[in-house]
Amino acid sequence: MTVDAGQVERAVADAHRREWAYVLATTVRVTRDIDAAEEAVQDAYVQALETWSRDGVPDKPGAWLTTVARRRALNMLRSRQTLERKLPLLITPEAEDSTMPTDAIPDDRLRLVFTCCHPALAREAQIPLTLRLVCGVSTPDIAQAFLVPEATMAARITRAKKKIAAARIPYVVPSSADLPARLDTVLTVIHLLYASGHTAYSGGELVRDEMTERALDLARMLRSLLPADGEVAGLLALLLVLHARRATRTDANGRLLRLEEQDRSRWDRALIAEADRLLVWSLKAGSPGRFTIQAAIAALHAQARSYEETDWPQILRLYGALLRVWPSPVVTLNRAVAVSMVDGPEAALGLVAELEADGRLAGYRYLFATKADLLRRLGRDTEAVVAFRQALALTDNEVEQGFLTDRIRALPDG
Amino acid sequence: MAQYAVLIFERETGEDLPPEVLEAHGQLGDRIAELGGRIVAGMALEPSGTATAIRGDLVTDGPFVETKEALAGVFVIEARDLDHALALAKLTPIVSGGVEVRPLIGFEQPA
Repeated sequence: MTVDAGQVERAVADAHRREWAYVLATTVRVTRDIDAAEEAVQDAYVQALETWSRDGVPDKPGAWLTTVARRRALNMLRSRQTLERKLPLLITPEAEDSTMPTDAIPDDRLRLVFTCCHPALAREAQIPLTLRLVCGVSTPDIAQAFLVPEATMAARITRAKKKIAAARIPYVVPSSADLPARLDTVLTVIHLLYASGHTAYSGGELVRDEMTERALDLARMLRSLLPADGEVAGLLALLLVLHARRATRTDANGRLLRLEEQDRSRWDRALIAEADRLLVWSLKAGSPGRFTIQAAIAALHAQARSYEETDWPQILRLYGALLRVWPSPVVTLNRAVAVSMVDGPEAALGLVAELEADGRLAGYRYLFATKADLLRRLGRDTEAVVAFRQALALTDNEVEQGFLTDRIRALPDG
Repeated sequence: MAQYAVLIFERETGEDLPPEVLEAHGQLGDRIAELGGRIVAGMALEPSGTATAIRGDLVTDGPFVETKEALAGVFVIEARDLDHALALAKLTPIVSGGVEVRPLIGFEQPA
């Protein structure tokens, strides 16, 4: 039997994208050793390419890969058993007594996500670890996305894996008492991953598609695994709205466009509609969290036919709600923009001045970009140029640099 | 069960621990046992002003590392995993500082 080589390659790539988390998470539970499981799963994908080319693509690629990976992992562990183990095995509920909570949700992918996003791991490790283990992204690709040398990223991931084993971070879904706080960490990691792809830290490309797609995949996976959680729905809705607008964030020359300049006819209405359905559900579920409220704000922007027709009073109310559940200077800054649309730039400028005095946003380019724009709207051009220059000094991103330079040039004093 | 050291760091004020904190320390063993853990060993340190550091041949007055919050005590607990250890360590009475949780080498029992 001969099978079309391109078709098999696509099937393997597709299974990598869709099934990696499931295959690895299930294998980890058998091996209780992340490195062994990772190696076995990688081998299984290599073997898939070979076997599927000969025998055809199986009906359930995920199940096929899991069976092969488990078998390989067990063989690997058997041959290793004579060697002394360097690190203790992962703690899984099966290996423990019955004191483990029984209300935890028993999906292996969830265990894997919660382990990668454990608060005992540094944020700079949580994101790459999630990409590596849950999404199966290669270490060189992760290093490239975060603009660090491959060796640095490899060391960061290795260190995190060692801590998981040595400190015995359990391979479990947190108990219901800890779940909200732990879930918030997971959602933050996914949101940061999307943001890092959305506005790449530096370099010429504004959107690093790979990272935004992966973040969206993760949000969708989490939604399917925790269908009753409002904030999970909220995060997915937020990412969907951001994703719906991604094509219009820059013009044909790669110049950054402001919300009021974007061609709204090119926004992806299907994604926005999907986000709306999630939001309606999440808001009905009650006591919306920060992701749901942010999604509601983004959705209001997406629904407006033009910037002027945006429901600013409602957006201002939502920012008030957001500030209550998430008191942060960045939220205060975004609220100031809404204030400027409802009460005028003068009122907003007062809030921005308070933030500047507060000092926590001293290195935050959007503080100065916002201030500059308010000053421009008040006709205080000289001061606006100064603030735009302050914002410019704080960004490494070429697209954002170009955007700010253009804005300075547009002013008579620039 | 695995063993973890819980290192207590406190800001040194020159005053004795308040009586309610001392009392909470006295009850710590029972509270940890209630959550399914166990205190294996523990010790409280005199203030860092009484410490003497030795680097090579050099003997100096004071702690090895000067920090705003000084190491004030150490105890060792038995816990199922890090989440359990963190839940137990959170019971430590603290005035103005915090604790660090560190796994100990080689005490985990074969599963």
